[in-house]
Amino acid sequence: MLCIEARGLRKAFGTNVALDGVDLRVEQGRILGIIGPNGAGKTTALNAVLGLTPYQGELKVLGRDPWSERDQLMRDVCFISDVAVLPRWIRVSQALDYVAGIHPRFDRAKAESFLARTTIKRGSKVRELSKGMVAQLHLALVMAIDARLLVLDEPTLGLDILYRKQFYDSLLNDYYDRNRTIIVTTHQVEEIEHVLTDVMFIDRGRIVFNSSMEEFESRYLEVMVNPEQLAAARTLKPMHERPAFGRTILLFDRADRQQLAGLGEVRTPSIADLFVAVLGNPSSGAKGAAQ
Amino acid sequence: MNTHSTSTEANTVYHSSVDSAVAPAVLPATRSFYWSVRRELWENRSIYIAPLAAAAVFLFAYLIGTIHLPAKIRALSGLDPDQQRHAIAMPYDFAAGLMMVTAMIVGVFYCLDALHGERRDRSILFWKSMPVSDAVTVLSKASIPLAVLPLLTIAITVAMQIIILLISSAVLAGNGLSVANYWTQLSPFQMSLGLTYHILTVHLLGHAPFYAWMLLVSAWARRAAILWASLPLLAIGFVEKIAFNTSYFANLLLHQLSGGSEAIATPGTMPIEPGMQFTPGHFLLSPGLWIGLSVTAAFLFAAIRLRRNREPI
Repeated sequence: MLCIEARGLRKAFGTNVALDGVDLRVEQGRILGIIGPNGAGKTTALNAVLGLTPYQGELKVLGRDPWSERDQLMRDVCFISDVAVLPRWIRVSQALDYVAGIHPRFDRAKAESFLARTTIKRGSKVRELSKGMVAQLHLALVMAIDARLLVLDEPTLGLDILYRKQFYDSLLNDYYDRNRTIIVTTHQVEEIEHVLTDVMFIDRGRIVFNSSMEEFESRYLEVMVNPEQLAAARTLKPMHERPAFGRTILLFDRADRQQLAGLGEVRTPSIADLFVAVLGNPSSGAKGAAQ
Repeated sequence: MNTHSTSTEANTVYHSSVDSAVAPAVLPATRSFYWSVRRELWENRSIYIAPLAAAAVFLFAYLIGTIHLPAKIRALSGLDPDQQRHAIAMPYDFAAGLMMVTAMIVGVFYCLDALHGERRDRSILFWKSMPVSDAVTVLSKASIPLAVLPLLTIAITVAMQIIILLISSAVLAGNGLSVANYWTQLSPFQMSLGLTYHILTVHLLGHAPFYAWMLLVSAWARRAAILWASLPLLAIGFVEKIAFNTSYFANLLLHQLSGGSEAIATPGTMPIEPGMQFTPGHFLLSPGLWIGLSVTAAFLFAAIRLRRNREPI
């Protein structure tokens, strides 16, 4: 079942094109990571999906047009856009009352039990909580909503590592159930890498890479070679290479594992490494080597 | 071709499942409106604290002032009935006026911040993640100056006037003066009726376009909403004055602010005064009222459209 379907999604701010004809299909039950440099169009794409911004092109989220039906869509879609967007004046108890009153799919008992695991007091105002606690509170509210799509746009930016780890752990253990779809963007790719089922790179308003994690793992290999074997390795047409402690790490697309094993230690590259390879600086040796 | 046909198929299946899933979870708009208004009262406690505090201060001052009350009442016997009535009614009018001014100040500051504050503190991203339409949000905010504040003003003022009446009666009775005479001079029931009528015609219907304008500016302005709300109005007035040496625009605003001349037979007087004639029929048929309400609706509609694509600032 399709959760998101976009065709020719376009959005420009003046002369600055934020989305340049994006085609996108996200199946239900996937956890999709969207990776891209700052200003690549990630947030614009998510805002379009969430009905926060108008766009050109076709877009259906859970069968609805997000821009004209945002309020109905929000019964089935939840999002955390940026950290600490909870109103600073609200009390924890008021936030629970409000979401329970307004959201037809909110399970208050569930939210209370998530909060019971934290040190957040019911009577506290959001402004009295630390940044990490605000993120915990927001996550508790969102996880208690029986939504079909959850969008997280930099949900852990500026949090310390303990909170970040806890955030993704609860999301996986207490929330994700294979029927829900989760889309997440973050700059800390390594922290969500093991969580994702799909990964997508966006650059300058275009999707430049899109793959499931299974495909990713079977397709890309990395090998670290000593200088004397570098020439031999280069004949296998690596898509990218980078120096490391006097040796060189070469990244291959659809290379033969056995063949690579003869050159050095073979492993699956991290998403960040592939990201650099796909979007990397053209003046670095990578493109030349790939030719 | 192939992908296309499968996706259409997926969509069809999808639609039917969406309908069945969503149907039981539909919330009536009244419920989300109710919670939206409650949330406004949580955030802006000044809506009720400011009038209550002003009322408390006034009552405290009045209580101290009652030392002079018996002497004042005795001194009144030399005056003619109209002057007597006027002197007796003065604290009541003053209490009503204080409440109205307080409510207007609260209303102005509330409206200028209502759709601006949520963008400034980025909480708009949280509010928009809830299944509440922009129309419900803007209308719930508009209901603060257009329903909550007028009703609160009436309720607090009437309560204040009852307390003043009881204190005064007790003081007069304690000093052996006629309480019955004092009550007939005042006619408390007519006083409350006049107050309610004044607030509904002037403060609610008459001022509605101003509040809607301020809400619109707060949805639009990136900063200094108070300047954007006031300076254009002043500019139009000045330009008109300098270019044509007329003051139609300024007079129009003043006319609207003072409640116009249609609601009561003798404009310019407080409707609390006895013998006041209400002319609600005349008021309801006046084009000024309906033009004002149309302008209000247009401003609110524009605010709803603006809020739809507003982002944090």
